[in-house]
Amino acid sequence: MIGFLTGLLWLLGGIAAAMAAGWLFRTLMVTISPRGVAKEMRTAPLTASFGMLMILIYIFVAFFAHWLAPFSETAIVGREYEPWSSVNLLGTDNLGRDMLSRLIYAARNTVGIAFVTSALAFILGSVLGLLAAIVGGWLDQILSRTVDVLMAIPALIFALLLLTILGTSVINMILVIALIDSTRVYRLARAVAMNIVVMDYVEAAKLRGEGLWRLITREILPNAMAPLVAEFGLRFCFVFLTISALSFLGLGMQPPTADWGSMVKDNATLITFGDITPLLPAGAIALLTVSVNFVVDWQLHRASGLKE
Amino acid sequence: MPPILIMILQRLALGVVTLFVVSLIIFLGTELLPGDFAQEILGQSATPATVAALREQLGLNDPLFVRYGGWLADVVRGDLGVSLANGQSVAELIGRRLGYTLSLALYAAAIAVPLSLVLGILAALLRNSVFDRVANASALTSISFPEFFVAYILIFLLAGAGGMFPSISSIRGEVSFGEYLYRAFLPALTLTLVVTAHMMRMTRAAIINLLASPYIEMARLKGMSPMRVIVRHALPNALAPIINVVALNLAYLITGVVVVEVVFVYPGMGQLMVDSVAARDMPVVQAVALIFAAAYVLLNLTADVLATLSNPRLVHRR
Repeated sequence: MIGFLTGLLWLLGGIAAAMAAGWLFRTLMVTISPRGVAKEMRTAPLTASFGMLMILIYIFVAFFAHWLAPFSETAIVGREYEPWSSVNLLGTDNLGRDMLSRLIYAARNTVGIAFVTSALAFILGSVLGLLAAIVGGWLDQILSRTVDVLMAIPALIFALLLLTILGTSVINMILVIALIDSTRVYRLARAVAMNIVVMDYVEAAKLRGEGLWRLITREILPNAMAPLVAEFGLRFCFVFLTISALSFLGLGMQPPTADWGSMVKDNATLITFGDITPLLPAGAIALLTVSVNFVVDWQLHRASGLKE
Repeated sequence: MPPILIMILQRLALGVVTLFVVSLIIFLGTELLPGDFAQEILGQSATPATVAALREQLGLNDPLFVRYGGWLADVVRGDLGVSLANGQSVAELIGRRLGYTLSLALYAAAIAVPLSLVLGILAALLRNSVFDRVANASALTSISFPEFFVAYILIFLLAGAGGMFPSISSIRGEVSFGEYLYRAFLPALTLTLVVTAHMMRMTRAAIINLLASPYIEMARLKGMSPMRVIVRHALPNALAPIINVVALNLAYLITGVVVVEVVFVYPGMGQLMVDSVAARDMPVVQAVALIFAAAYVLLNLTADVLATLSNPRLVHRR
């Protein structure tokens, strides 16, 4: 009972600290940014500004990993499973590598790969979706039916099947997940573009003789951007979670590359002994996805023009 | 024939076609294997003669559509081929595990569905209250958590030193029903936590959407209690979206089961699939993927039909 109460207290303290950080970050941004951005920032709820702060921190850690980390990600610096100490702040992992350094390097590896993958999925899906909406006819039919079938297979199962065929490697994982997730992007891009294609100004642009490329980039994309950007955030979360799941299953990132999913797997035995160290990489994944979701939630709310 | 029956038959036909195409994709998987399938089995040191013999034995020299026909006929008869890793029959490997996976998904659903419906109705009833806000925030949070994070937190809290539940739910031989419920409790709870949030949010949204309609206002003006307005008047009309989201999440349980099974060393199909992917044991992966995909398609189909049946305007159409 006492343990439960302290846990609850920690949780409430954590939430309060997060809100305070969000508030501070928002105030700071409102003061230092130019007027237009400051106006936008002022409307951000605390959750969203906390999310933005966290995303910035992750990006910072990913870029400066080699300066921040005390050891190299592959160096063996002690015995296995050493407890937290002043040398190895978070102890060592199952091979005696420094836990903190690996956590920091993983920010670069995992987030970087997730970003590349979702960007790939996004470009593929939205280009095909916009094309299908504009050209229509048989191209639309072929693409849409293909996507229907691909979406009938559960994503993780399909990814596992394709990885068996291609063999497990990082490149294959990126390609497979990008392909599977592009089907979801395609659906949204096509649906959004469908509503825009029937507008009068698109008709006028067509009559004016604008080419396909110009039609996409100048007429359709600017009006489809808001939902697509929000979708990019959500896609990133899904891709990130899928990559972590695959790495956790030992089918994604290959050792000795530091990666949050496989770090959880490698050190999981510690949890049964009441040591929370293996929860840290899993928590790092959760914190980033929660942050992105908070920001996306705010953006969607703003784009839909809802005022409570 | 009443139009509703025609509709159901159409959906069924569509489902069969989808399954057919899915089986085609899964079959083509073996064709896309880089290099020769027989070579892959025998390894680099095999002599050309043995490779040729195995190709003949596996029927790899036949044309593509003949092999696909043969494979499909075998699958329909329940013959799923032989595992490359240990030569066991795939049907035998899967047999028991399929039951375990289904019972785990059922166990989780039996907790998650009633729980999320009740929470969703309560959130709609007490909308904009503290309860509603906390429920919404925790829903958004739990959607963003990886399954293994939830699983390990539960292990940390409920298993471990002096814990109440086993952190490893290995089930060997015959176990009694009560013993099973006890051993599989943590995996089932993990799956429940993962799917409840989404179902709850959607239930709440579906009900709140209706609350602005005139007939709800009428009911309220009659002096009905808010609880009765929601349960008797709003809920029946919100059934279609709720059924859809429940089915979607049950389908999600099927894939979520893979990670959770690995965490808890639960002897189900997900574990088998992960092991087989690492070993590139194609026949096993094919069979498991086919079963998962079939369950997924069937659930979506059922949801479609049930959602239509819940709408009297579609059932009694003139």
